[in-house]
Amino acid sequence: MSDTGPAIETSIEAETDTARGDSGGVDQQTAETVLSARDLEVFYGDERALKPVNAEITEKKVTAIIGPSGCGKSTFLRSINRMNDMIDVCRVTGELRFKGKNVYDEDVDPVALRRKVGMVFQKPNPFPKSIYDNVAYGLKIQGKDGDRDAQVEEALRRAALWDEVKAKLDASGLDLSGGQQQRLCIARAIAPDPEVILMDEPASALDPVATAQIEDLIEELSRDYTVVIVTHNMQQAARISDRTMVFLTGGELAAFDDTQAIFENPKSQRVEDYITGKFG
Amino acid sequence: MSGTDLTRSATGVGGRTDSLVRYVFFACAALSVLTTVGIIVVLLEGSVEFFRTVSVFEFLTGTEWSPLIEPVSYGVLPLVWGTLVITVGSALIALPVGTATAIYLSEYANPGVRSVVKPILEVLAGIPTIVYGFFALSFITPQLQRVLPWEVGTFNAAAGAIVVGVMIIPMVSSLSEDAMHAVPDELREGAYGLGATRYEVSTDVVLPAAVSGILASYVLALSRAIGETMAVTLAAGMAPQFTTSPLEPIQTMTAYMVQIGISDVSVGSIGYQSLFAVGLTLFVMTFSMNVASIWIRSRYREEYR
Ligand SMILES: Nc1ncnc2c1ncn2[C@@H]1O[C@H](COP(=O)(O)OP(=O)(O)O)[C@@H](O)[C@H]1O
Ligand SMILES: [Mg+2]
Repeated sequence: MSDTGPAIETSIEAETDTARGDSGGVDQQTAETVLSARDLEVFYGDERALKPVNAEITEKKVTAIIGPSGCGKSTFLRSINRMNDMIDVCRVTGELRFKGKNVYDEDVDPVALRRKVGMVFQKPNPFPKSIYDNVAYGLKIQGKDGDRDAQVEEALRRAALWDEVKAKLDASGLDLSGGQQQRLCIARAIAPDPEVILMDEPASALDPVATAQIEDLIEELSRDYTVVIVTHNMQQAARISDRTMVFLTGGELAAFDDTQAIFENPKSQRVEDYITGKFG
Repeated sequence: MSGTDLTRSATGVGGRTDSLVRYVFFACAALSVLTTVGIIVVLLEGSVEFFRTVSVFEFLTGTEWSPLIEPVSYGVLPLVWGTLVITVGSALIALPVGTATAIYLSEYANPGVRSVVKPILEVLAGIPTIVYGFFALSFITPQLQRVLPWEVGTFNAAAGAIVVGVMIIPMVSSLSEDAMHAVPDELREGAYGLGATRYEVSTDVVLPAAVSGILASYVLALSRAIGETMAVTLAAGMAPQFTTSPLEPIQTMTAYMVQIGISDVSVGSIGYQSLFAVGLTLFVMTFSMNVASIWIRSRYREEYR
């Protein structure tokens, strides 16, 4: 687990520490589980988008989320870093624990949470700023000290973008190609060194070459980060993930297992039907 | 060969009506262009007459404006100064308050609040300016006189600047809010996802992305302040003078034009002609502001896709 920098003083951190000391609060919590959902339900108004989800997401692994469109993949992903807070009608019940601490507790500041759980979106969304400033932005607002230039370079290298942009760090992030923009967004997300990276169909807007680059990158990232990635592409899930969650229509988590087991030996008929393309 | 007949006469569509409509629309568009041209021509003609008597140099550099009282003097600078005081003073109020209002409406207020406040702002923008002027005279100035330890004139620049500032706040806030509202949510999410606070998202991401629209709203508001007439005439008075005290009366270019307009100077007299020279000066100033606004829009166009 990456060491948490000194600048991060969040209620999550404090609570996690006390939770560690008080073993009662972290029962079933193995050393490797970073995220665990317990009866997590999400509603949009009266509409339930997620049926109670129970799942444990393992550290430094790639967990893929697959399922037909509208089944709640994004909803689940966005409930992890509380991006759902932004939607007025959205309501969450149950628990989502990040390192033992329920992120929906009263005392949790979503801003602090999001500094530990980075996110990459479906459509590349670089800021209308220079490439350098895009990557440095998270470092700046999170008050990370250290050699800013070196940190930016490091993030761009990890995102496999450095060689392409090192000569034009002052150019606008919007001047890059779609694939480059998405890698820039990945660099932006990893620069402040979060612990978890959430990706919502990060390659769906990209061509095959750019997609392959992103896939390679994701495997690389899982050495240092816990990656949770939504994809509508089952081959992609099979290629890059260690574990796979299958959501089915109605927001039901129908299966969650090692990726190999999901694809080679699905335990339920409905999951098998989905994976073999009988529906969805 | 009996192909389908696609000529106009066969289908009964388009034809004469269509081209007639086209001419009507063209005439309407031409009307506003012709009006603009007409105004410029009239201003230029009158000004040429005026500059037969008074040199352009004297007009532009003279520091004494005394067109009706002997010894007459036609230095436009005191009027320009009056206009600048009002413009800068009102900008000091309207730009920060208007921008903050826009940020609040776009980034903080929930949709319910926005749907109430925005229309109210737009109503404020529609109040006749003479009402604002009356408000300055009957409320702002008495309040200034009550609160400030110094002597405050019945007509004073401060009241004029304040009331014009209040008047153009809706213009700044409404147009800026439109620009901020148009910033795609994906950009906000990108910043929120990095752990940015609402304030950081507003100032670091939304404001820069909306900068062209915001600056354009500033320029339009300033150009409105420069051209504002009734409110300043009523609030700030008709005393053309260089004064650094905002508590004394001044006269703006527009207020002078009102004064001459309602006075009994005879058509063709030098006093009458000065109206055109001052009007032309005013026109040049607001016209440059509008050109600046267009330039800003094109300069900062692609802040996001
Ligand atoms: N902002 C929202 N407001 C209301 N309903 C929403 C909103 N976002 C998603 N939903 C609904 O929640 C369900 C799950 O959506 P989503 O999580 O986006 O699915 P997926 O990412 O799997 O395609 C859908 O039925 C969708 O209509
Ligand atoms: Mg989705």
